[in-house]
Amino acid sequence: MSILLGWGDRIRGLFADNKGPWGTSSGGDDGDPPSEPPADGKGPWGEPSRKPRRVSLGKGGGVSSIDELLRRGRARFGGGGGGLPGRPDRSLIIWAVVGFILVWLVFTSVHSIEPGQRGVVTRFGRYNATLGPGVSMTLPAPIDRVKKIDVENIRTIDLGSQGGNDLMLTGDQNLLDIAYSVRWNIRTPELYLFELAQPDETIKQVAESAMRAVVSRVSLIDAMGDKRADVETQTAETMQRILDSYHSGVQIQGIAIKQADPPDEVNDAFKEVTAAQQDAQSYVNQSRAYALQLTAKAQGEATAFDKVYVQYKLSPEVTRRRMYYETMEQVLSKVDKTIVESPGGVTPYLPLPQVQRSQPQGRQ
Amino acid sequence: MTDFIRRRPLLSAMLGFLVLVVLLGSFPIVPETKQAVIVRFGKPVRILNRYQAGRPIGASGAGISWRIPFAEQVVWLDKRVLDVDMQPQQVLSTDQRRLQVDAFARYRIVDPLLMYIRAGTEQQLNEQLRPILGSEVRNELGKIEFASLLTPERQGIMQSVRTSLNQIARQYGAEIIDVRIKKTDLPDGTPLQSAFDRMRTARLQEARSIRAQGAKQAQIIRAEADAEAAKTYAASFGKDPQFYDFYRAMQSYQATFIGDGQEKSSPTTIILSPNDEYLKQFTGRAR
Repeated sequence: MSILLGWGDRIRGLFADNKGPWGTSSGGDDGDPPSEPPADGKGPWGEPSRKPRRVSLGKGGGVSSIDELLRRGRARFGGGGGGLPGRPDRSLIIWAVVGFILVWLVFTSVHSIEPGQRGVVTRFGRYNATLGPGVSMTLPAPIDRVKKIDVENIRTIDLGSQGGNDLMLTGDQNLLDIAYSVRWNIRTPELYLFELAQPDETIKQVAESAMRAVVSRVSLIDAMGDKRADVETQTAETMQRILDSYHSGVQIQGIAIKQADPPDEVNDAFKEVTAAQQDAQSYVNQSRAYALQLTAKAQGEATAFDKVYVQYKLSPEVTRRRMYYETMEQVLSKVDKTIVESPGGVTPYLPLPQVQRSQPQGRQ
Repeated sequence: MTDFIRRRPLLSAMLGFLVLVVLLGSFPIVPETKQAVIVRFGKPVRILNRYQAGRPIGASGAGISWRIPFAEQVVWLDKRVLDVDMQPQQVLSTDQRRLQVDAFARYRIVDPLLMYIRAGTEQQLNEQLRPILGSEVRNELGKIEFASLLTPERQGIMQSVRTSLNQIARQYGAEIIDVRIKKTDLPDGTPLQSAFDRMRTARLQEARSIRAQGAKQAQIIRAEADAEAAKTYAASFGKDPQFYDFYRAMQSYQATFIGDGQEKSSPTTIILSPNDEYLKQFTGRAR
């Protein structure tokens, strides 16, 4: 703990002065680090702590400028400040190194693996173990290295035409414009890391190959319609089989066909089919309506006739005459009537042009 | 020693660094993903972490190793499954139809020594294998008909491509794991256009046939209705044809001379003779 405190002070010392990078600090601000080891004149290595400084100072004009820089830098890092040459600043460096090594050990040998992750441990490059979720200990960093791999996270690759011209041949030699996505995750992290040179690219290529193989076995109509789910599962199975044969450690979660349409170039013809289906349906509907109308009319007329006929049977002659006169009355009351007395005496003049002229008017 | 360090801190640091580099270089760390050939003055002497089929990960020769500094060099080769991707090519089937084919092969370096001697680097091996893959695919697919390119049969073709490619890859210390067709497309231009035309005409034909079927069905429904109506009429009117004649005539006169009341009928002029049946009472002829 005292090391950390000392560090904090030292860092503050580093940033506190606003002089040039190699300038000596005033000495007053950081002249009292709390974690000062006992100033017995010897560092932890058992050497006289001030000797190198004395030597370099004593040489005076013979000191190279680099040595001078090193010295200043050391003095500065030690926290003692250039103005206080009597400080035992070497021991601080040693503490820093020790502290750094401790922190390094802690940080590189204790690994906290999150849920959904696995840690692949390699000892000098060789695969050693796979760590499960939780906190685990390994040897420190140069010996053991841990690579965290996300195994639960499902990745998605989108494939197929995104407005592009990527068409697939179906079993009946038609072309299909298809867009789909592959969902996958890592099943065995060490295989995923060590077996395939380009795992992502491999999955992509295998997906394309598998999808085309499956689509080439179904017809266009099936691929667009009710066999879509079959295509998805078959592709996923094929992909899994191929990837297993590579020992890829990859699990295919599923394929989703987002779009399976005829190509744009022939889309109109496909719409024409839909239009034709609608047309055919409307023909049938119209004829059904006609049929209903016709049979209803027939039934109505027949029933009407039957009713009248029952009455007619009771007194045929009277009913017949009554109907005749009633009809004539209605007819003749609405039309122009001319009664010509003698067929022999007068030659009837029929104004044909007038009749013809009046006809179009009547139709309007 | 310590005196030297104190007197020449910079020089000694540089020396120490140099020693460290040499020391570290003498103990190369072989990762799981690599195989290595140790070459002493140009002559391969040892192989590190050689691939062996069926050996599980972690049991292999990966890990820390050694070499004599300066005298021995380490040549790194990939141990993983590698990929060689073919350039898309046009293939002519036996029935003279063109197809644009794209394929890929997966391989692994199984003999690093042979691979190092014959090919050198993975890059060069790739360059060697790619044209061979292309020509093998073209040869094998050129032996079959267009239709069978699309059938499951082509798996067998890929098997023979793999076998013949493997024979060549073996000479380079590599093993072909898998060969697969990635794409089989119709080439742009005439083949693609004619395929589109075929699809289009097939659809139009289907559309026509659907319309014709609809029309046919409609006609049948109408005819059935007509027959049904005729049957109803006949059953009713057949009881007394003479009365029907009269009854229907009366309705007909009304309809033709007056109209059904919906639209105005044309003005009609009727010239009656006094001898007309209707006027028999009018002229007093009845009795």
